[in-house]
Amino acid sequence: MSVPPTPSRETPPDLLYSEPEDDLRAAVRALLTDRADLPATLARAEAGDPYDPALWTALTAGIGAAGLLIPEKLGGQGASHREAAVVLEELGRVVTPAPYLTSSVVATETLLGCDTDRADIAALLTALAGGHRVAVLAVPAATAPDAPLPVLPAGAEAVTSADTVTGADTVPGVADAVRADVLLVLREDGLYVVETASPAVTVVPLTPLDLTRPVAAVTLAPGAGTRIAEGPAAEAAVRRGLLAGAGLLASEQLGIAQWCLEESVRHTKERHQFNRPIGSFQALKHRMAQLWLEVVSARAAARAAADALATGAPDAPLAVALAQAYCGPVAVHAAEECVQLHGGTGMTWEHPAHLYLKRAMADRITLGSPGRHRETLAALGDLPGPR
Amino acid sequence: MTDAAELRARTAALLAAHPPATTGRTDFLRARFDAGLAWVHYPAGLGGLDAPRSLQAVVDDGLAAAGAPDNDPRRIGIGLGMAAPTILRYGTAEQKERFLRPLWVGDEVWCQLFSEPGAGSDLAALATRAVREDGADGAGSGDWIVDGQKVWTSSAHLARWAILIARTDPGLPKHQGITYFLCDMTDPGVEVRPLRQITGEAEFNEVFLTGVRIPDAHRLGEVGAGWQVARTTLMNERVSIGGASLPREGGMIGPVARTWRERPELRTHDTHQRLLTLWTEAEVARLTAERVRQQLVAGQPGPEGSGLKLSFARLNQEISALEVELLADEGLLYSDWTMRRPELVDFTGRDAGYRYLRSKGNSIEGGTSEVLLNIVAERVLGLPSEPRDDKDVAWKDLSR
Repeated sequence: MSVPPTPSRETPPDLLYSEPEDDLRAAVRALLTDRADLPATLARAEAGDPYDPALWTALTAGIGAAGLLIPEKLGGQGASHREAAVVLEELGRVVTPAPYLTSSVVATETLLGCDTDRADIAALLTALAGGHRVAVLAVPAATAPDAPLPVLPAGAEAVTSADTVTGADTVPGVADAVRADVLLVLREDGLYVVETASPAVTVVPLTPLDLTRPVAAVTLAPGAGTRIAEGPAAEAAVRRGLLAGAGLLASEQLGIAQWCLEESVRHTKERHQFNRPIGSFQALKHRMAQLWLEVVSARAAARAAADALATGAPDAPLAVALAQAYCGPVAVHAAEECVQLHGGTGMTWEHPAHLYLKRAMADRITLGSPGRHRETLAALGDLPGPR
Repeated sequence: MTDAAELRARTAALLAAHPPATTGRTDFLRARFDAGLAWVHYPAGLGGLDAPRSLQAVVDDGLAAAGAPDNDPRRIGIGLGMAAPTILRYGTAEQKERFLRPLWVGDEVWCQLFSEPGAGSDLAALATRAVREDGADGAGSGDWIVDGQKVWTSSAHLARWAILIARTDPGLPKHQGITYFLCDMTDPGVEVRPLRQITGEAEFNEVFLTGVRIPDAHRLGEVGAGWQVARTTLMNERVSIGGASLPREGGMIGPVARTWRERPELRTHDTHQRLLTLWTEAEVARLTAERVRQQLVAGQPGPEGSGLKLSFARLNQEISALEVELLADEGLLYSDWTMRRPELVDFTGRDAGYRYLRSKGNSIEGGTSEVLLNIVAERVLGLPSEPRDDKDVAWKDLSR
């Protein structure tokens, strides 16, 4: 028995950028142009901490970017996923090490899925909106929005559930955990807020493929923290956070791909071999033209996901899975081409191409691989596999 | 400025004066043209009202809701998409007056005499000659006498008129010595022969031009300026974004997705993975076309449209190939190899084998994918052009 495929919306998604979105982009780009410094990022990353606190303050307190998804009455900007997507495009363009996706999108959206009338939840959201605190959802970075979730024990009496992984007290590979003030932890009896400063928490940094978004193993003692949601509401809030994260990650991937294409075009126009700019060779031109097509298409897919999330469209899970199935490979392809078209220079530590390749490859896995999202599309689009 | 409200009122007035239920199809279309509701962005008196192009949808929606007849843009596509915008831009007042109305109504079908056996992607290398019949004493007719051969000409067997480019000065470099004409397909020197193609059918033709006489009044643009005029035609050929949003699975992915759902016994793991990848790409291509459409409506046309043909050509080919393979034993069969002369290219009404073969043309017709990639690379990305040695050489001195 098959279910009818998710129909397309009667009104197509708004795929353009509004004027306020253009203004926001200009502000973020100006800030990043001013302050982002890839050699400095690299030096910080090698010293074990890639984040630039001053940049985070400027982005959050200055521009208010962290509060875009948060209502004004909670201290946020009361904007939407469309605006947050524009910020992520810009952050992707310069592979900024900032806990924006993890804290300002995934954790924020998870908290918005809880009872925001509760004073402690409202206070935490206000702190996140101002950039004063950073929260991270304690799930492995590769968790897709509809994947089984790691569920930590509630305490002495563990309950098992069919589609969850229970019993673990260590969550591996949590992105940006080393920068977090607060962890959101899914336990068998609900969703908890846990202070990372608590003695019940151990955060062990791991050596990341992507130096600009570090990962860590998080170990939690049973029962630590404050419960903010219970029962199905807890899991629903987490899934809401993951869905928003996966949808907006597509915009970060778009930003990565866009920069890699522009940089490849710039370089191949200037670099001469055989007494000609190498960008005049058809073999190279066609590859960059093909990449441009992919970037143009990724923009449509990413905008569709952001708009679906912003408008609460019924086909949002499909739009998100589609954007993730498409944009991850495009970003990796663009970064791989950027390395290749730079020749030997692309292989060096000095040239930033490797940072983009590492971020693109990590992003391709983050919040579900393209293949994982295609499985979601098979279900939502009524295209089941062979028996 | 004509706004949406005024267009709605004019549409209602047209429907009131010519109720579709009691008005003949052609009469209705002529009345629509005369009301300025054919292509609203055209000038008044030429089927339009100088309105923004984006407002055409207001008229189309109103007429469709009332069940008014359509002018079948598929059958007259070359006239609508290529001849009309070129005549509008370069034509004399007499030419616009004479040609646009019957073109739009569909009384006169147009074809395009551009490509030649030796000039496809390198179109400016064309060899068809047009010589002016002027005696040394100036006593000639002033007509142009055209000789040559054209090829891949869709609709030539149906067409009343053709847009034609021919070489008028072989002593100039190849882009300079070309002139643009409107050619009467009933001239006795025009011979149309069907060209049977890969599908077994003959959608298009070879056209032999022998002493074809074209009056100077049917020249479009200046003598020798044909290449500039042709660029208007070619740009319009590639900008063919429809006014309506395409629904999910509205393109070629639709039939194969339906087959997949209805025929579970055909499913394999390999075809499942390929189907999901192509379904994803088709949906993204649909959204990309939708984004281009929204940009046009918002008056912010971007270069993205030039990439759509590339995406759809590749997708059509890969999707139809998957479909043939998925059908297994049925994929070994073909509906009918009888030589036919279809009036329309009908992708969705035919079987998978036809779709597979016909879609091979998608990456060739209207500019090969290779040439379009060059155009994207050079005009959109600003990459340097490849060196060429034909620019400053007289056409007659080029090696062929």
